[in-house]
Amino acid sequence: MAQHSNKLAKIQAVTANRLLDGHVVYFTAAGEWSDWVDDVVLADGKEDADALLAKAQPSVETRHIVDPYLFEVDQEDGKMVPKSVREKIRMAGPTIRLDLGKQAVARS
Amino acid sequence: MYRYDQFDHKLVAERVNQFRGQVARRMSGEMTEDEFKPLRLMNGVYLQLHAYMLRVAVPYGTLSSVQMHKLADIATKYDKGYGHFTTRQNLQYNWPALEDLPAILEELAEVEMHAIQTSGNCIRNVTSDQYAGAAADEIDDPRIWSEIIRQWSTFHPEFTFLPRKFKFAVTGCSNDRAAIRVHDIGIELVRGKDGDVAFDIYVGGGQGRTPMIGKLIGEAISREDLLAYLESTLRVYNMSGRRDHLYKSRIKILVHDIGAEEMKRRVEEEFVLVKKQGVLELPQEEVDRIRAYFEAPDFEALDDECAELTAVMASHKRFGAWVNTNTAVHKQAGYAIANISLKPIGGVAGDASDEQMHIVADLAEKYAFSEIRVTHEQNLVLAHVKKADLFALWETLEANGMGTPNLGLITDQIVCPGLDYCALANARSIPISQEITERFADLDRQHNIGELKLKISGCINACGHHHVGHIGILGVDKKGTEYYQVTLGGSADEFTAVGKIVGRAFTEHEIVDAIETIVEVYLGLRESPDERFLDAYRRVGIAPFKEKLYADT
Repeated sequence: MAQHSNKLAKIQAVTANRLLDGHVVYFTAAGEWSDWVDDVVLADGKEDADALLAKAQPSVETRHIVDPYLFEVDQEDGKMVPKSVREKIRMAGPTIRLDLGKQAVARS
Repeated sequence: MYRYDQFDHKLVAERVNQFRGQVARRMSGEMTEDEFKPLRLMNGVYLQLHAYMLRVAVPYGTLSSVQMHKLADIATKYDKGYGHFTTRQNLQYNWPALEDLPAILEELAEVEMHAIQTSGNCIRNVTSDQYAGAAADEIDDPRIWSEIIRQWSTFHPEFTFLPRKFKFAVTGCSNDRAAIRVHDIGIELVRGKDGDVAFDIYVGGGQGRTPMIGKLIGEAISREDLLAYLESTLRVYNMSGRRDHLYKSRIKILVHDIGAEEMKRRVEEEFVLVKKQGVLELPQEEVDRIRAYFEAPDFEALDDECAELTAVMASHKRFGAWVNTNTAVHKQAGYAIANISLKPIGGVAGDASDEQMHIVADLAEKYAFSEIRVTHEQNLVLAHVKKADLFALWETLEANGMGTPNLGLITDQIVCPGLDYCALANARSIPISQEITERFADLDRQHNIGELKLKISGCINACGHHHVGHIGILGVDKKGTEYYQVTLGGSADEFTAVGKIVGRAFTEHEIVDAIETIVEVYLGLRESPDERFLDAYRRVGIAPFKEKLYADT
């Protein structure tokens, strides 16, 4: 399983890639997978985070999800903002092609 | 060019059908990701940051116009309208959907292409000199021998599950344009005792987290013994290479641990056994059969001097600069080798749009016997162009963002996809490259600086060849923030060297200034404009650069 979160991370959420197209998805409070980071459900502390990841795990088989893992997230002005550059880029798309990835698609 | 025979067609078609079934089973849930992953990787399919990535093999970097048109069509139909040419002379698509991959592979097979040997712990796509068959200095066409190695290695049952991936590079002359000394096996064509083509075999080169320069193990190996010698080397590696530690499993670690002499002894011991079996003796008839695919095109008899070209060069400064930097001497009088830069100022190194791919294919049909080469430095080459056609060729290239006269200059960089795409990367490479090209956009300034190979990797796997850059930049992650470490003095030619780390890493905002400081130090200390950056570095060492870079710390 991928490990992309700081061991001391406090607030975390779960992300993965969708099997069919490989696109980035986020685990929501309803136990669904969303294209948008603002829909994530947050876990506070290691125990909650491990429980959240365990809850997301069955989706690997039932929802065609690949390799779910925890990532650290902040809330800024009501928006979810991943802490690492890596996760910021996954959330938006290539920084050198703003016409590609989620950043190029308006949320309906 | 090599054309598929009935066996090749059957083999590739069977592979496509197998993969179609595997994708269907994965999508239906019949197969888990753990079961599917090694199968998709064997077909060149990776899962990257934003989507799947498909790596298409371009054996020894040679493409036909028809194949290039097909690559463009696939980019349009199944991807986002572009492709990325890599340091392995391959092409990568960054956005294909899983369900489309069998159809893409089927379309590739229609033009005799595939994604075999582009991933997994097997012998990977063989790379070679982009000037093959055109260079005035080559002993023989390295594509012939690359193709023979490709046929020997494809699906070789003994070498399908090696300790780690295994990369070959072949150069046809002592002037190494294929970076053979930083490959698992690098082969240089030489003259044997009898004057026939023979092979010097360098073993244990590589980059990544432990850069090593290949050691000359086999000297002037004869044509008939070539495959037996390679088989013996692979056997020693397969038996003795480490499988317990991912970072210590390449052949370079084995050669380093046991020493070059011991490696040579073990290979020669195995070689005696392989030779005794006799089945791997490479017959002259087979070499002749493959050679026929690479016969020189039907060149016209021309004077080498082309008055028309000289006149246009004199009147058109940018074109004149392009001829001086981007063309190379051809073995045939009246012809030139034309390098197409995929490094426009502010662009993404190695990327080409579908439209650009079509244009290059059309130009190859019109001016270059329908043949295109991909270089390990992420550019394209039309190997056989009449000097009289160069201006018309360049005008079309220039009008379509591919006429930049910067080959071998500071803006002609090797750049890995980095953290903008790659799941392994620690830092972004492309934006740093773009900023550097913009800082040094002035063509006169670039030409004044002269040859300077700058290479950028977004992690220690070194796909951007930073270890062998005259200036190398390595992206590192420090607590979620990107930093850039600089190395100086690397080189990937016949005098291969691994660069030295200059000091503490720079932030994203400091790195371009740091590169400019290094260039200014060089300009200040070079003995003449003819003393290249690398020559000056070798003369003065790292100290003057270090002193200036860290003067305030």
